Amino acid sequence: MIKLIGILVVAAGFALRFNTLLVVFAAGIATGLAAGMSGNEVIALFGKYFVENRYMTLPVVLMVPVIGLLERYGLQERAETMIRSVQAATAGRLILIYTAIRQLSISIGVNIGGHAAAVRPLIAPMAEGAANARYGKLPDTTLQAIRAHAAAGENVGNFFGEDIFIAVGAILLMKGFFETLKLDVSAWAMALWGIPTALVAFAAMAWRAHALDRRIARDARTMKAGKGDGA
Amino acid sequence: MKTIVGLETFYVLIGVILAVVAGRITVDRHHPKRWGSALFWGLLAGLFIFGKVLPPLVSGYLVLALVILAATGQVVRSKETTAPPEVRREHALRLGNMIFFPVILIPLTAVIGTFFLGKIQWGDVRLVEPKQVTLISVGLGALLALAAGLRVTRAAPKVVGVEGSRLLQAIGWALILPQLLAALGGIFAQAGVGTVVADLVATALPTRFPLVAVISYCLGMALFTAIMGNAFAAFPVITLGLGLPLVVQLHHGNPAIMAALGMLSGYCGTLLTPMAANFNLVPALLLELPDKHAVIKAQVPIALVVLAANIVLMYACVYRF
Repeated sequence: MIKLIGILVVAAGFALRFNTLLVVFAAGIATGLAAGMSGNEVIALFGKYFVENRYMTLPVVLMVPVIGLLERYGLQERAETMIRSVQAATAGRLILIYTAIRQLSISIGVNIGGHAAAVRPLIAPMAEGAANARYGKLPDTTLQAIRAHAAAGENVGNFFGEDIFIAVGAILLMKGFFETLKLDVSAWAMALWGIPTALVAFAAMAWRAHALDRRIARDARTMKAGKGDGA
Repeated sequence: MKTIVGLETFYVLIGVILAVVAGRITVDRHHPKRWGSALFWGLLAGLFIFGKVLPPLVSGYLVLALVILAATGQVVRSKETTAPPEVRREHALRLGNMIFFPVILIPLTAVIGTFFLGKIQWGDVRLVEPKQVTLISVGLGALLALAAGLRVTRAAPKVVGVEGSRLLQAIGWALILPQLLAALGGIFAQAGVGTVVADLVATALPTRFPLVAVISYCLGMALFTAIMGNAFAAFPVITLGLGLPLVVQLHHGNPAIMAALGMLSGYCGTLLTPMAANFNLVPALLLELPDKHAVIKAQVPIALVVLAANIVLMYACVYRF
């Protein structure tokens, strides 16, 4: 039971709004000590795993210089202009199309997109542009909701498409897990049983995208009626 | 077999980018926390470049130094701003759709690279390690896009440093949160936290009912993934502690269905947790959202619907097929 102290530290630390890095580090130290490790052992584990997981930071750091450069030269503005000419475009529909592309492509093993490579430079500004084209100026809170949903669309498409492709990530991990237990479970069966959930996830995203479009329309009406805070 | 380009090559490159950030802060007289911030980015650069050769204890203390710098408010962004909107709009008009060309190169390289790079080899020497081919293709895509971007915009290479540094400083210390949380997950696993959680659930619930077995496994996956921030870390622990003994052995469920839907229940946990920082918090900062939990909030309804669907699907199918 005492080993759960780390979870408690995380919960309390987040609730009291301490610096997140500090909370995570403290939770690791507490858990390690509770499990009978020495302080230096836990710190060495932090070092080992931190270095092993450098790949997690790779896409963002490598993408940011070129995205920054292109944004300085009007990438987001151009993306907005382009989407304005598409009459049928709404923020929700655009995000949903992106989710579909992401989900389909990754389910055949093609990993395109990402928060740094696609959402920030293209999808978010296009979604905002589509909303602005329809309703004129919108409150900042509405634009923020659009951006948050663009990020959600990326995550949903990524997670619930990847699980269908048998040659990467989840399926290989599950296959390996069963192999160490000397159980023969078919990778194809696991991939196929991911499809129903993939469809549900897409439907759920469609529902949220539609709700987002309705919210944008509502916010625009409130703003026009002069009640909008514009903040 | 020898490999020419590995991830380590890209880690060194990342280290160089981070060192540029540190260097730019050092010469930025108006930076609010010039020395603390420069030290943070400099140490991080060192961890990326020399991570492979540093003893884990030294890396660990360097990580601790980063944490202390962040917690004491030393890591803040510079006051530099990008070009004003009018200037950006002018550029957009001048460059037209050419500006998209570098951006398109990123997924294009990813696709072509994923399919072909892993297959290139000369006798005993291969170009890239097949397991790392996705990440390497992404990295190559970024480099090609950068070269194309410089050509299309005819910007001075210095602009890349200025803008990249500004955006990385906007993300700030949260950039290392995913790695730190992965480390915490590793420590949880070493300490055996998962087995304690699985035992607690197994003893607290009437798992003799097939439906309860399914619910406890799916919720266990979602919950423990939310704690670890990673479904892959939760899967072996919760499947060994709850899935196999209850759903498969006790109630004779189909292991393929259990595993597939269990993992997907874990993903619902990922959508809900700040511990999955690279999916939920870093994007919020990247999109400059004032509420850093805004992405999670947008995902809550989706996660709950999909989790419920997983439970229904598993109960309907796992004991039948």
